[in-house]
Amino acid sequence: MSAATSHAAATSHGAVEPAESPLTPESWGKLGMWIFLAGDAVGFGTLLAAYGGMRATSADWPNPYEVLGINLTAAMTFLLICSSVTMVKALEWLGKGDRAKAQMFLFFTALGGAIFVSCQAYEWTHLIHRGLHINGNPWGAALFGTSFFIVTGFHGLHVTAGVIYLLANIWAVSRRPDPAASYNMVEITGLYWHFVDLVWIMVFTFMYLL
Amino acid sequence: MAAKSHEHPNYMAIFWILAILTVVEIAVVFLPFGKLVNGTMLCALAVTKAAMVAMYFMHLKFEARTLGLIAVTPLAIATLLVFVILPDAFFVDHKTANVKPAPAGAKH
Repeated sequence: MSAATSHAAATSHGAVEPAESPLTPESWGKLGMWIFLAGDAVGFGTLLAAYGGMRATSADWPNPYEVLGINLTAAMTFLLICSSVTMVKALEWLGKGDRAKAQMFLFFTALGGAIFVSCQAYEWTHLIHRGLHINGNPWGAALFGTSFFIVTGFHGLHVTAGVIYLLANIWAVSRRPDPAASYNMVEITGLYWHFVDLVWIMVFTFMYLL
Repeated sequence: MAAKSHEHPNYMAIFWILAILTVVEIAVVFLPFGKLVNGTMLCALAVTKAAMVAMYFMHLKFEARTLGLIAVTPLAIATLLVFVILPDAFFVDHKTANVKPAPAGAKH
């Protein structure tokens, strides 16, 4: 036991570091984020499955495509895909050691998220004025409004959290003397951000197009 | 398959594929093939797009296989849940609907 410990201490950089993370040798945080995202995905998966169940058992479910409209949401989908690209660009620049460019792309990503949430606020306001409420609507099943606001709201909350997360990253990157030291952190943020994009792809398809 | 083009897939190519698939999805809505065919196509497109984001943007393609299993588990659980809920839709002989309010003159 003591021989093994001293061997580990001799080969690894820090004696306190317990062991390298299985699956993600770069960092434990990355494994942690993946496990968090898997849990979060169960949350979204449950919401969408419940949505399908409610819709299938309803006799007067409105046609989402006609009620909600998809022009704005299609643009929002495109915006999130763009913000995923700026996210990978930020990480790429960080890998090349260019902190300023990395921060700029992180800012673009956060901006994309902020515009997305703004569009969603606009969309919600518009729909509420037309009569879509959480407890009823003029087109049919009351649960249509309930599920719409809960699912898109849950996703919007994730985007809002992501924007704060990204802005915090811009600040954190500038605090570290070596840009390379921020690489793992930004990569983990990226995982979260791409996940939010991935979930929107599902929400867009199941709640607007189907 | 090129042997491990590690770390940097062509992100712009992925971006264009995602953008084009989104346009295709919207086009599918207008196709006259009926709900089942259109729905199946839309689901397939959504899963393809989600998989591309996970594989390339989230680098899952370049990670340990077990990490991929962790990532796929929620999908399996959600799919299972659909089959748990589905019997209610087809084997229960009533469907829920809003109770329509009686016309104003019909009261009393």
